[in-house]
Amino acid sequence: MSAEIESIMKKYRPGRREDLIPLLQEIQDENGYLSEDIIVKAGNFIGLSTTKIYGLATFYDQFRFLPAGRIIIRICNGTSCFLNGSQNVISKIREETGLAPGQTSRDGLFSYEIVTCMGGCTRGPLLTVNDDYQLNVKPGQIPDLLRKLRYIAEND
Amino acid sequence: MEDIRKFLTTRVLMLESDTLPPETEKVLGQIRRDKTDRPVIFLSTGTSSMIAGSERTRSALRTYLNDSETEVEIIKVGCTGPANFEPLMAIQLPGKNKLFFRNITEEKVEPLLNGVFHNDINHDDLVGQQGGTGFELWPGIPFLCDHPFFSHQKRIILGNCGCYNPESIEEYIARGGYRSFVKAIRHYTYEEVCDIVERSGLRGRSGGGYPTGLKWKQALNTSSTSRYLICNAKESDPGAFTDRLIMESDPHRLVEGVAIAAYAIGSSNGIVFYRRGSEHGRQRLQKAIDDAREYGLLGHNIFSSGYNLDIVIRQEPGAFVCGEETALISTLEGKRGMPQLKPPYPTTYGLFGKPTVINNVETLMNIPVIMQHGPEWFRSFGTEGSPGTKIFALAGKGRLSGVVEVEMGTSFRTIIEDIADGIKDGKKFKGIQIGGSSGSFLTPENLDLTVDFEEMRENDLVMGAGGFVVIDEDTCIVDMVRYYMEFMRNESCGKCIPCREGTGRMLEILENVIRKPSDEESVTTLERFKGVMQLETIASVMKDTSLCGLGQTAPNPFLSALRNFREEFEEHIFDRKCRANVCRGLRTFVIDVDKCTGCTVCAAKCPASAIYGTRLQPFFIVEEKCTGCGICYDVCKFSAIIIR
Repeated sequence: MSAEIESIMKKYRPGRREDLIPLLQEIQDENGYLSEDIIVKAGNFIGLSTTKIYGLATFYDQFRFLPAGRIIIRICNGTSCFLNGSQNVISKIREETGLAPGQTSRDGLFSYEIVTCMGGCTRGPLLTVNDDYQLNVKPGQIPDLLRKLRYIAEND
Repeated sequence: MEDIRKFLTTRVLMLESDTLPPETEKVLGQIRRDKTDRPVIFLSTGTSSMIAGSERTRSALRTYLNDSETEVEIIKVGCTGPANFEPLMAIQLPGKNKLFFRNITEEKVEPLLNGVFHNDINHDDLVGQQGGTGFELWPGIPFLCDHPFFSHQKRIILGNCGCYNPESIEEYIARGGYRSFVKAIRHYTYEEVCDIVERSGLRGRSGGGYPTGLKWKQALNTSSTSRYLICNAKESDPGAFTDRLIMESDPHRLVEGVAIAAYAIGSSNGIVFYRRGSEHGRQRLQKAIDDAREYGLLGHNIFSSGYNLDIVIRQEPGAFVCGEETALISTLEGKRGMPQLKPPYPTTYGLFGKPTVINNVETLMNIPVIMQHGPEWFRSFGTEGSPGTKIFALAGKGRLSGVVEVEMGTSFRTIIEDIADGIKDGKKFKGIQIGGSSGSFLTPENLDLTVDFEEMRENDLVMGAGGFVVIDEDTCIVDMVRYYMEFMRNESCGKCIPCREGTGRMLEILENVIRKPSDEESVTTLERFKGVMQLETIASVMKDTSLCGLGQTAPNPFLSALRNFREEFEEHIFDRKCRANVCRGLRTFVIDVDKCTGCTVCAAKCPASAIYGTRLQPFFIVEEKCTGCGICYDVCKFSAIIIR
């Protein structure tokens, strides 16, 4: 893994603060999350202290510091989905998985995120399971969906 | 390929006169598919069509065409606008007008194409026909532009959306694209371009409506070694999807707009600050930029004019506040995206301390047409103070939704009654919310207001990102205000106290208002009333003392809702009732003993174990235990559960 990160860093020039965010974004796309190692390394590369980089990375929603689950569920909470009842879907998922948005379950299987507007405003509430769209989701469908996903993941 | 490129650059883009010679026009006509010898199918492939299943439609199309061995060209176009019609498909038979069909899912492909190829058209899915001179009309089929969704729109910015393959720069040039840019860099000085835009009266489409030409001049007149042009494509308001549609359907026009704007301020650096989570649009925009570079429209010494320009895409790392100018600059500099005190304005001291102009996507989309047709032409649209058009992301409970473009001066009534075609499922209309998370509510009585910067400002409305949410009687205003406030609380950057603490406190108070009354003791009731009393004060303090636009406008949804829907707030506070039956805490469920068959389904599903009873006897709900989740209401097959 570290070889890939080295090669990403090679694309940038060291010591330029404006490259910090694109660098972290690219590393996260490759690695899935930002580990402590990576942050220290990025700090040495850019020339900033680790705390500064943590401070920056925690400010933005995109960066995660723990690996994401194998199944990432994204729920749309845009205005249109909200009017069609996305809050109930979110609270149902919360209830079923026991997770807060952005967290990953202990077995590393599920993580879920809330996003604003995915673009399917006429077909909400909308959610994606690993980028696969599910339309007109009702809270009642959530337990079955999660069970099905768990089954598929465990027998994969 | 090489030949086409050479042809387009030397014979079209470098051409001095405005009218093209007929032989050139003929070649362009071929690229535009004015004359085709085989049928062409235009399939919409934007995000909203993909959600509706256009990818499956495309594979069904492929299978059908392979099986029937018909030679047909399939073109992937962007979305046209109406989200309800997706997947939208247009079929053009040789020499005939284009026919538009809506909701073509995979199973409809075969019967539809069978019908069209054998002249037996299914009118259920038909939207209309569209064409130009020299095409044969389909008798008895209405025109697309007469469809109510389109007939009340004025499509200047969206004109190309859904008409051409957004991944093909040749088609864009054949439609007149990039000629304004080449003309600008070869024949006009920086000041002249600024002048043209200033005379057109174009105003920045988000926020305050600052005149674009004036902004450019300020940056141009600040002496500096380098300048920056930033296109703000970070729309992360809940329910805003106009920029995404533009970038998916017509990315080249945006590239051209950025290029002209960058030239006008004498900048060699264009940056598109792109939203996260919309990969499809980013790829298309990247392809558009790469193609433009290949054509020599970007890069070093463009078309021997001595002007250099490069455009890069920077992806936002996920913070709503980055949409604010100064916060956006901080993000690009690699810092926390927190707003700075203005002045100095970015036009004098922006990115890396250099003069910077930040325009949003919609504003920049207007530039190529203004340069092409001239400022007077642009002024002929819209009103005196706000020329041009405005794009809205129509969403919510209207019968139709999607991206619409109306002339300035159009009343809200037209948008809701004609374009959106009224309210879904025959429900009663309650109001609209316009301007996204910092916008305001409008009641049915105010619908005759028009889309115009001055008129909207007088009525405390903001254009914002162009969100236009239709609300029906099933929507609770208090809950919606709480939703916006929750969003703002999460997105407040935390730099200044009024916004950081204010949004949190306001959310807390609003949550108290819709909390379950039976949990309450007398002390908490007093707390709740105390909060309600202070709500308006907090809102006004936030409005007056916050640092940036986000904080100043955060109480807008609340203030306007209170002004327009006061009785609904009072009902929640005093009667502890929600008339739309949305607020969980204020709902009580009872079981109709006559209808209940004692099937035990509700008792088994109740997460709070609040339903008791004996099998085959009517059940009952214990009110103290009930959380108001409504699961029993959803699962009951006998409609025995009533909301009171």
